[in-house]
Order: sequence, then structure tokens, then C-alpha cells
Amino acid sequence: MSASTVPPLAIPPAMPVQRPRWRRRLRRYGPAWLGGGVVLLWILIAILAPWISPFPPDAQDVVNRLQPPGATHWLGTDVLGRDVFSRLLHGARLSLLAGFTVVLLGAAIGTTVGIVAAWARGFWDEALMRLTDLVLCFPPIILALAIAAGLGIGTQNTILAMLVVWWPKFARLGRALALVQRGQEYVEAATVLGLKPSRILGRHVLPNTLGPLAVLVTLDLGNAILTFAGLSFLGLGVVPPTPEWGSMVAEGRELVEQWWIAAFPGLAILTVVVGFNFCGDGLRDWLDPRARSR
Amino acid sequence: MDGTLPKREDAAGIAEPVLEVEDLHTVFLTDAGPVRAVDGVSFSVGPGETLGIVGESGSGKSVTALSLMRLLEEPARIIGGTVRFQGRDVLAMSGAELRDWRGDRAAMVFQDPMTGLNPVVRILRQVTEHMVSHGRQTPAKARVRAVELLRRMGVAAPERAAASFPHQFSGGMRQRVMLAIGVANDPVLLIADEPTTALDVTVQAQILDLLRNLNAEFGTAIILISHDLGVIGTVCRRVAVMYAGEVVEEAETGAVLTDPRHPYSWALVNAVPRLDSPAGARLTSIEGAPPDALNPPPACRFVARCPFAISRCGQEHPPLMEVAPGRRARCWVTADGRPLPPPPVAAEAAAREPEPDAPPLLEATGLVKHFPGARSSFFGPRAVVHAVNGVDLRLIRGESLGVVGESGCGKSTLARLVTRLHEPTAGSLRFEGRDITHASPAEMRPLRPRLQMVFQDPYASLNPRMRVRDILAEPLMAHGRAANRAEADRRVLELMGTVGLKPEWAARFPHEFSGGQRQRISIARALALDPALVVADEPVSALDVNVQAQVLNLMLDLRQRLGLSYLFIAHDLAVVRAFCDRVAVMYLGRIMEEGPAVALFARPLHPYTVALTSAVPEPGRERVILGGEPPSTLKLPTGCVFRGRCPIARPVCEERPPLAEVEAGRRVACHFPGEFAPLREMRN
Repeated sequence: MSASTVPPLAIPPAMPVQRPRWRRRLRRYGPAWLGGGVVLLWILIAILAPWISPFPPDAQDVVNRLQPPGATHWLGTDVLGRDVFSRLLHGARLSLLAGFTVVLLGAAIGTTVGIVAAWARGFWDEALMRLTDLVLCFPPIILALAIAAGLGIGTQNTILAMLVVWWPKFARLGRALALVQRGQEYVEAATVLGLKPSRILGRHVLPNTLGPLAVLVTLDLGNAILTFAGLSFLGLGVVPPTPEWGSMVAEGRELVEQWWIAAFPGLAILTVVVGFNFCGDGLRDWLDPRARSR
Repeated sequence: MDGTLPKREDAAGIAEPVLEVEDLHTVFLTDAGPVRAVDGVSFSVGPGETLGIVGESGSGKSVTALSLMRLLEEPARIIGGTVRFQGRDVLAMSGAELRDWRGDRAAMVFQDPMTGLNPVVRILRQVTEHMVSHGRQTPAKARVRAVELLRRMGVAAPERAAASFPHQFSGGMRQRVMLAIGVANDPVLLIADEPTTALDVTVQAQILDLLRNLNAEFGTAIILISHDLGVIGTVCRRVAVMYAGEVVEEAETGAVLTDPRHPYSWALVNAVPRLDSPAGARLTSIEGAPPDALNPPPACRFVARCPFAISRCGQEHPPLMEVAPGRRARCWVTADGRPLPPPPVAAEAAAREPEPDAPPLLEATGLVKHFPGARSSFFGPRAVVHAVNGVDLRLIRGESLGVVGESGCGKSTLARLVTRLHEPTAGSLRFEGRDITHASPAEMRPLRPRLQMVFQDPYASLNPRMRVRDILAEPLMAHGRAANRAEADRRVLELMGTVGLKPEWAARFPHEFSGGQRQRISIARALALDPALVVADEPVSALDVNVQAQVLNLMLDLRQRLGLSYLFIAHDLAVVRAFCDRVAVMYLGRIMEEGPAVALFARPLHPYTVALTSAVPEPGRERVILGGEPPSTLKLPTGCVFRGRCPIARPVCEERPPLAEVEAGRRVACHFPGEFAPLREMRN
């Protein structure tokens, strides 16, 4: 800042220009890309599981039970001699499916409830929001556990039970976002133009709430997968022979010597959850225009 | 203001300048390259001098101020030039030296009084803080001085105010506190960046008077930055006009106002309607937008928009040349000292003759809107916000009625009542003869096409996720005005032509447009359904003066071509006078005075209208400085709502005066209409 004889139309070379764009982006979005890669990898594995796994997931081989990781069984075998690697790959299918189903359906239901409450105000707002408060009073895992136990063991019932505890947070967020939208001048303008409420909500309110919703959905996917695995661990999620990460951890829980039975499914859960979290964080930064411009 | 401070002029001639800026260059480093925000600005300010910096948004005036104080952060960077403050090189100061200097010898007051004060620290601490930290005063002395400063800045009950928190103050009061902080250490130089832009006219007039007094009494040099030449004219002796990062003209303010020598100053001066300009005349506006600051054109930066451009303008970059004694301009056209011609006077608009016998298009009687406020305690009753308290309006087909008033007077609520975005608490509302006071949304829907609205904020009134084409086609499709999408698209292009938008912009999103263009889209959307009445809520208040002139001209055109009626809400009196046939002045949710626009502003009858018109920052206007601020809408005063601030209030004013017709076409809610005359008339 000291040079006083600077030619008016040139930046002196001594002044470094801003750090290159790719380096700023890498610092900002690096973890997000990593997380996205991990998630994508797991999705591919889930889709291709039947073709890429070396053994059928429920093929028992009692002679070779409790084998440590080796050349034939990369991640070893469990009590019934099933290949842990194959079961891990197949387990991705159910875990991801359950996660996506719960979060997407929960988000759809919850957001609808929230937007309707914000739009209707008065009685319906009070009624719907008190209902969400009621659900949110209970610890989610305990409530889901109770509902799932009542409905009976099985994947569908567990997903149903999770849905019951899952929608309220989206209802809260959806309502808050819709209330902000309600006050926007373009929503007032749409009213003045005489558009029907359904169109105003669908064309003007909903699209402008999708950004923050997408962030919560992404961050929540890991959470849902973890919860589903937790319920399976407790014996609710799946009927026994079905490969599922939570139930696999449960099977290896007491076999301290045979660490590979529980450790690898646990590691799988860890990578998926962290992957989704990195993804969600990156998405949030990217959608925040103030953070983005920097 | 011309020549009222001769002694300063003499002093400036010999004394060393307080601030000397030479060839200042500031850039913003972006991905696309350096943006030249300030590109070679030079000026100097002598002791006790007042300099105004004027320009539209993006002209670099605020960045200049921030550069002077070294307040810029990355990615902004000063890359050249010198700034000398009393001989010291500001650009070479270290962090410690800067801290020592800022707030001590040079102070700055910012635009937004709402965010300028720390919300969790009492006023007293905020005023004394830097007096003590700069070692100017002992804490005890600083407290005494702080209260004294607050009193001098016109803060009512300064002892009590000092113990309050910022949120207990209105915007005007906070700006006074900011000024008190600014001058606490007797700075040699005070930089004020748009200090009154967020304030109402009557409060603005008070603050500008304060600034003037500071300069006159203490000899503080002032740099006042504003987009409004009128504001600068009331405080500053000299003005620098900025355009695209450069100073394009520098001269005595009075000279620029009467005889601008740069076409851009010429456009700025003539784009603003004045209270004493001929009525009905169109405003002078220039087309186009400022040049790209990434790659400014090598020749004159204004050439593309200049109505006087000659061939040399497109080839050579003009330097800042002396065009007359004491005035410099960056223009080849006026380089030889010739003045610019006055703006063409547009042919008087054909006299609009609304038929007075025809049934009114819109009729409001005793319109009231109360909003529920906060509860005083958990079980306490809800407070009531009295936004609109009994408004009668009549709008005839083809007429445009202006509603003016300060913020909080209920004019925006009135707009939303008339368009039935809100439901009235009491009163009745008829549109085209039909009672719509309590019409349900479904009942309103078929009427909506006839009753449209243009909103204030061009950045918020368009859905950011829709293309212009879809924004404009939506109402057509929803009301079945177009059989299919192709027909709607044809009509959209027509509409875009009507409001002066290029057809190839149809596929763009709102964020790709400037404020003025967005307001055109808003207007096109309102016109899509062939309305009879357009309610415009401050449609130009967020725009630069030149863009404001363009949009107002467009709205005038449309009115004549399409036979529209307008309900025009605004706070700018001159704009309303230029635009409307009749005007209603609102205060605290009631109409104080109503009448034909020209007559009302020429001879206001209500004391509030007198004060309002006299507060307009036009140089040479005599002021009636109105004390205080509007009372809270939570608890309306009894009787005449204005009596608390009224200079001629008497005991009889405890009785509420009705809005009575005192002359043909003029209604006033005052017991003594016309008794309080503008000072100027009284003196003559």
C-alpha cells in the first residue's frame, strides 16, 4: 500500500492476487467431495451387490466358521460360516434403502404438514404443531422401539415406526421456512394476482424452501441409517438371515476374539454416516450465498 | 447555502488542507479480475470545509470513504495513490497508528443507525468509550461530556437517554447518538456516509441541521456522502460528483445544481422532481447502465449514455479539466467552458379529465386496521398496533391518488388493505361498486385482475426461482387469459415491449437484472391482466434517481396509454407531486389533509403538511423543523393525533378535528386550517 507512483491501470506485481479459485474451493468443499465419493461408492455397492460379492450372503459353511480375514474370505466368516464381506455388501442395500425411505417419506410428510400449518395459521397451525410437539416429547429411539415392537419384527414395520418419529423435525423446519416465505413480497404478489393457494404453495413457497430442506435431508440420511442399524442391533429391524449391518454387529457383539464379525459392519456404518454428514455440510455452505462469495 | 460561510473560504485558502487525496485507486479482487471501484480520485478538504460526494449506487462513493479511513477488508485493496491527513500519510500508517487516529482526529458516521450501536451496551458507555480510550478525558469527565454532547445533538432528556439501551431509541435518535460519538473527541474531519438515507424527511431535516451547526460552530470539516444532491446542497459548499469510480465534476454545490457542467451531473440534477418544478412535466432520464467496472471503456466512461456526446468522447479519456474558475469537469463537451443546455421541456400532458360524476372506482369509508401486538405479560392483554385508524378515500377512474407520510404512518398497511392482502378491522371498502370489505380469498380471485399491485422492493417482489417468461405468463394462464402456452408467450413478449424490456431477456432469472429492470418486470406483471387500478407501494424508493425517473416516466406513459388509475404510496413529496392528481397526507393512520397535488404543495393548510414540505432537502428552502418524532402506534394520542408535535396546538385540539372540506376539493383535519403558513411566505 506504500507505492505512490503506481501506473493507474496496472496492478503492481508485488500485490499478490487472491489465492487461486481451485485452492479456495478445495479448502471449502474438499470434505464434501470426499463424503460424496464415499456415499456414491456405497450406493454403487448396494446396487451391484449380487454381482460383485464372492459368495451368496446366506450360504452357510459350518466347517469354515469363524475364519479370520484371509485370501478366500477377505473379511472372514461368522458363526454360521457365512462370508462377512458378502454380507457386508448385501447389507448396504437394506441400510441405504431404509435410510432413504425414512428420510424422504418423513421429509415429504413433515414438510407438507409444516407448510400447511404455516399457511392455514389459527386452529390448524396450533393443532398440527402441538401434535409434532407431542411426538418430539419422546426420545425417538425409545418411541420407535415401542412402536416397532408393537407392530412386530420386520423391515417394513421398523421403517413405519421410524417414520412416525421422523416427520416432526421436518414439520418444524417446513413451517419455519414457509412462514418466512409468507412474508415475502413475491408471495404477496402471487396473492394479488389471484393465484390459487395450491399454486402459490407449489410454485412460489415450496421451491424456495427446498435448499435448506435438502441440507437437512442429507445430514439426516446418516442419522436414519444409524437409527435403523440401532433398531436392528436390538433385534427389531430385520428377520434373522437377512444381511443387515446392525444385526451383523449384534451377532459379533460377544465374540471378542473374532473381532472382524462386528468391526467391519461397524466401520461400514461409520463411513456412510460420516460421508452423508460431510455431504450435508458442503451443501449447506454451497447454498449459503454469503459463505459462497468469500 | 451559497456563500453563507465566507470566513471558512478565507481560512481554507491559507491553511494546510485537512485531507488531501491524490489519485486514489481501490480495487475489489474477484475471480473475474480486479473490479475498479475507485479509479483515480483526487480532492482536498480544507479546515472547516464541507465537501459532498454524490453518485448513484456502485459509483464508488462509499468505497472512497472507507478507503480514506482505511476500513476496507479483503478482497478490497487500495492499490495506488496517496491520502494525506494534516500532512500524515494515512496509507503508510501502522495498525496502532490507525487506531489512534480513527475516532480521534477523524471520525465516521455510517448509514444504518440500527446496526451502528452495540445492542448490549448502554448509550453512555458507547459515547464515553473512545473519549477515555484515546486518553482525551478521565472517565468521570467523559460521562459529563457525553451527557452534554447528547443534549447538544438534540437528544431529549439526555441523562435518562444515557442510561438506556439502543433498542429503546428510534432511528433518528440513534443517528444523533452516532453523531455524538463521532464528534466526542472534537475531530478535525467527520465523514458521514449516507447518514440520513434510512430516516424520514422531518428527521432527516433535523440531522442535516445538526451537521450544518457542527460545521459552523466547531469548524469540523465534513465529507458528506449521499445519493441525493438535495441533501448535499443543504450542508455542503462544494460537491464532487462520482461516476464509475471517477470524479466527473467538482464545483460549488449551488453551481452544480443550477448549471451542471458534466452530462452525468446534468442528468442527476434533472432526474429529481422538485417541489417547485412545473407540474405534469416528464422527468429527464438517461438510458443505459454504468459501464462494467471490470473493463471500463478506455474513452469517456459516460459516453454510451451521454445525450451530448461528440466524436472525441468515444476516442479519448477526458482528464478532470478546469472548465470555469473554481470548477473542474471530466468532459470534452464542456471543456471550452460552455454550459450544457437545459433539459427539453416535454409537452404538457393532455389535461386529464376524470368525470367527477362517474361512480368511484375505489371507495373506502372509515377504514381501520389494528394488528395484535405483544402481550405485556403472560396473562396480560395483548397490545394493539393502531396501523390505520379511519381512512376515507375516493378514487375516480383514470385518476391517480398519492398517499404520503413518514414511515409508520400506515400507508403501506393501507395499500395492503385496499388490495385485500389484509382484512380491515372496521370500515367498508368498495371496488367497482362491489363491497369487498370482508370478501373471502375465493370471492376476491375473480376481481384480482382488475386490482393490481406493484411492490416496493424490486429484489423481493419477484420469485428468484422463476424465469421472467414464467413470472409474466403465470397470471395469464391462471386466469385463462391465454388458451395455451404459445399464446401466453406471445402476450409475454408484448408485455415486455410495453415496459421497455428486450424480448431476448425472457429466459433470464430476476437476479440477472438491475433494480430498475426488475421494477419494470413487476409493472409488466401487474399489467398482464389489464387492471383498472394499480396500487403502487413505494415503487421507486429503492431506486437510484435516474432509474427512478425512468420508472416514473414509464408509469405516466402507461397511465395515458392504458387509462390506468393509480393509488401511489410514497414518502417522497416531490415524486408524488410530479406523479399524482390528488394527494392525501397521512399521519398516525389518519388522513390529515387531502387535495389537488399542485395546490396542496403550493399552499399547504395543515401544519403537518407545512412541516413536511419544508423538510424536503432542496437548497434555499426555509425550514420548519418539527420537534420530536411520531408517537407510538400502540397508544394513540387523544384528540388531534398531531397535537403533540404541532407548533400551533391549542386546548381545543384535545377534541379530534374531522376531515372537513374547507375549500372546493380540499379537505383538512385541523381546527385551524391555513393558520400555520410556511415561514418563507410569512417572511416575504
